[in-house]
Amino acid sequence: MGKQSNIQKFFLTIVFIILYAPIFFLIFYSFNSNGTMSSFESFTWEHYAAVFEDTRLIMIVFNTVIVALLSALVSTAVGVLGALAIVYLKNRKLRNTLLSLNNVLIVSPDVIIGASFLILFTAVGVRLGFASVLISHIAFSIPIVVLMVLPKLLEMSDSLIDAARDLGASGRDVLTRVIIPYIKPGIFAGFFLALTYSLDDFAVTFFVTGNGFSTLSVEIYSMARAGITLTINALSGLIFIVTVGLVLVYYALNRRNRTPVTGVKK
Amino acid sequence: MQNKSTRALYLIPYGAWILLFVIAPIALVVYYSLFNIHGDLTLANYRAFFSSIYLELTLSSFWYAFLITLFSLLIAYPTAYFLTKTKNKQLWLLLIIIPSWINLLLKTYAFIGIFGQYGPINAFFAAIGIGSTQLLFTDFSFIFVSVYIFIPFMILPIFNAIDRLNPALIDASRDLGASPWTTFRKVILPLTMNGVKSGIQVTFIPALSLFMITRLIAGNKVITLGTAIEQQFLVTQNWGMGSTIAVFLILFMFIIMLFTGQKEKGGASVGKTK
Repeated sequence: MGKQSNIQKFFLTIVFIILYAPIFFLIFYSFNSNGTMSSFESFTWEHYAAVFEDTRLIMIVFNTVIVALLSALVSTAVGVLGALAIVYLKNRKLRNTLLSLNNVLIVSPDVIIGASFLILFTAVGVRLGFASVLISHIAFSIPIVVLMVLPKLLEMSDSLIDAARDLGASGRDVLTRVIIPYIKPGIFAGFFLALTYSLDDFAVTFFVTGNGFSTLSVEIYSMARAGITLTINALSGLIFIVTVGLVLVYYALNRRNRTPVTGVKK
Repeated sequence: MQNKSTRALYLIPYGAWILLFVIAPIALVVYYSLFNIHGDLTLANYRAFFSSIYLELTLSSFWYAFLITLFSLLIAYPTAYFLTKTKNKQLWLLLIIIPSWINLLLKTYAFIGIFGQYGPINAFFAAIGIGSTQLLFTDFSFIFVSVYIFIPFMILPIFNAIDRLNPALIDASRDLGASPWTTFRKVILPLTMNGVKSGIQVTFIPALSLFMITRLIAGNKVITLGTAIEQQFLVTQNWGMGSTIAVFLILFMFIIMLFTGQKEKGGASVGKTK
């Protein structure tokens, strides 16, 4: 393939600018003392101070993080078990059925997941609030964990397990010392994706949250419907920094994990 | 090889999840769709769905989703293609993906400011002499913001598909005298069709059911299937009608999946695994 032409560079640059412009636009006006998103008056930190003074908002951020961490942990555990269960199934038909069912929640629109979970919780009698939100987040994160772990399990050669067996490893040893270390990158990827699914979710939470409980997305929605508040801008500045940080950590971890694997393969 | 009982143990939590959160919710939606607002068993909701109001709504929802998918694809394909040719392509890809990790609500909120009466776009229009126009609460702003949101999700599977393409095939095509356009049409595009299909899948289905962007950006001008469901469930509290629309949305979803499904194990949406 030839070198990059100027047209290609130009096109990519435009796409990058369009993708990042709204985010920097938000952050830029978070320093505006004027209180609007149109005319920049002078530099101020007051909106950031407002974020930290708003104890209700802090509580909501706290709730969001707790739900994300808990749901990512539980869904990773269930997802890994699910992937193992799928791999051990010898019946092809049953395996494919499970895989199709697994993908239903991934392709389902959020509105459907939200509405159907709302019906489910009402039918079973779960009170809407922290519990219903957490359970929903666990439920819609499980399939992505399975999809991240499954390819790793499938590419693992059977001889590794046979070798471990021949060397006298018990079933448990095979799992904790051979299988889990091998599929670790997949588990990490699944965990991080589950985390971002949860942090990013709006629609499902919007349906299943009661009056007393709110996550950041839902809160931003109600704030945005009320109009422009630069507190949201300040919040997005903070979220942007945290997100970029998370991405970098993930990227670094991924790189470290990937190197030995490819090293063996080549 | 582990014994059967441990394997069965693996299946319990996962199987329970499938039963409780995949099968039961869909069954419940179908069940609720058979009841009217007073709790009587009836097919009235389905009759209502085939009335002109809901058919029109469905059609317009499909039309918007089609436009959103088309524009996303038109931007995402070249972007993905050019990305695979950059030197540090994984890093560039990461940079493209980062905005998709920023909370959806925040990005949508940004456009309230950007498209606003005194926002930068209108300031620009005023500067070049067009004068300020109403941008917010129009079809245009709705489609623009949706395309903006979906571009990264469209780029990812297409990038993976192009990246997996064997460059020798392109060289071969060139050596055999094909023009760049013919090479693209006959070699590159068919071989990356799986990526395009998963891109369409991850864009079209959510685009049918958007409700947050319609509310914040399009006001009440654009009503999609998603907005209608939200309205029925959370505002009108008519769960029966909401479930009926949901049943149709689920049907559409399966039809789209059928069209965009792929035989390849794992699928391009999973990312580069091998």
